[in-house]
Amino acid sequence: MEKLSLFLGCVIPNRYPGIEIATKLCLETLEIDYVDLPGASCCPAPGVFRSFDRTTWLAVASRNIVLSEELERDILTLCNGCYGTLADAASALSEDDTLRKEVNRHLETIGKEFNGTVNVRHIAELLYDEIGPEGIRDKVTRPLDIRVALHYGCHLVKPSKERQLGSVEWPTFFDEIVEATGAHSVDYQDKMSCCGAGGGVRSALLDTSLSMTEHKLSNIKAAGVDCIVDACPFCHMQFDAGQVDIRKRTEQDYNIPVLHYMQLLGLALGFTVRELGINMNYVTDQEFLDKMEDLDR
Amino acid sequence: MKYGVCSGSCPSGRYTSLNVRRLLRRARRDPGVLRDDTLWMCTTCYNCQERCPRGINIVDAILKLRTIAVHEGIMHDSHRKVSALLIEHGHAVPINEETMKKRKDIGLEPLPPTVHSYPKALEEVQTILRSCGFDELVSED
Repeated sequence: MEKLSLFLGCVIPNRYPGIEIATKLCLETLEIDYVDLPGASCCPAPGVFRSFDRTTWLAVASRNIVLSEELERDILTLCNGCYGTLADAASALSEDDTLRKEVNRHLETIGKEFNGTVNVRHIAELLYDEIGPEGIRDKVTRPLDIRVALHYGCHLVKPSKERQLGSVEWPTFFDEIVEATGAHSVDYQDKMSCCGAGGGVRSALLDTSLSMTEHKLSNIKAAGVDCIVDACPFCHMQFDAGQVDIRKRTEQDYNIPVLHYMQLLGLALGFTVRELGINMNYVTDQEFLDKMEDLDR
Repeated sequence: MKYGVCSGSCPSGRYTSLNVRRLLRRARRDPGVLRDDTLWMCTTCYNCQERCPRGINIVDAILKLRTIAVHEGIMHDSHRKVSALLIEHGHAVPINEETMKKRKDIGLEPLPPTVHSYPKALEEVQTILRSCGFDELVSED
């Protein structure tokens, strides 16, 4: 495995720091060589900034990639949005000489240049490819006997012309690394549908975005699970903070705990709910937290 | 543009007036599409593009239409605000007091090792944004 730099993005460090610390604990336990990426910015978020001006989106994204090029490390994301931005920007700039020259003219104003020397990785595909479900199972010290509703999130697998991670309708790689923790990934209706947050819809049209979220939450509730597991902090926020927004609007209280995969894996590697910041979510179902605290007893 | 797989696959279209097929058909003949609010109801989930039997890059087309709209000055206030956050902080979702406390409680530095901790890095981002004309693009005037 190539050495990595950890790209945090916005939502993890600035809203869900539990995911940040959970990631560090998991990477250290799995003996994955990583460092912080000092001075990184917003990826920038694809739904909004790519919509507004593609050159700006590419220029800011390429600065983040160049920071990792300077460290001679592949860049690791924990977010589908950051993955979409950085991976799509890297491939667009590598394939199109004219575009790369245009973007490099903007980077020149800060004395930097995009060279396309590093790869962009997402934690879910990285763990599947580099360690594999068996490798993860070997590291698990506390198998989790829980039922989870898995949410891939759109930009982990789509557009498939860029991602090439297998089927976009019925992918399995994320299920496989979730089940490696001992958890059971439960099938539910419209499992692959969108959380509703992307494309700038959450910021401009919150009610619309919450309609899509509530559709997923009601299907997940019907499947009877202990928690939702995602691999993207923006989907995570939409499901977690979104449940509070929905409660205010409709008085419907789903009360479904939401974990990033790093937090689920952290539990299976022996860390506690508090060490992983799972208690810092908006939805804090005490019954679930107690069940996870009791795993050792 | 005749099968309708796109609009049938659209999760937003279940709840909103967004009809992807109609939107793109309209875009071929009517500049008024730039003011159509359904243009901003797409979550860019890519279902339509993945399933299109004709292989039309539908989401890419929606993004291009949005870009034209923004360059014509047509933009949601909330999108101007998130742009202003990027320009001021280098993060579209910047830190707040509540999260700084959470970070300390869990054993992290109150500010993450991003542009939030490195003022010179923030200046670099701001320089790039100015170089691209982004400040001007998203300003109210």
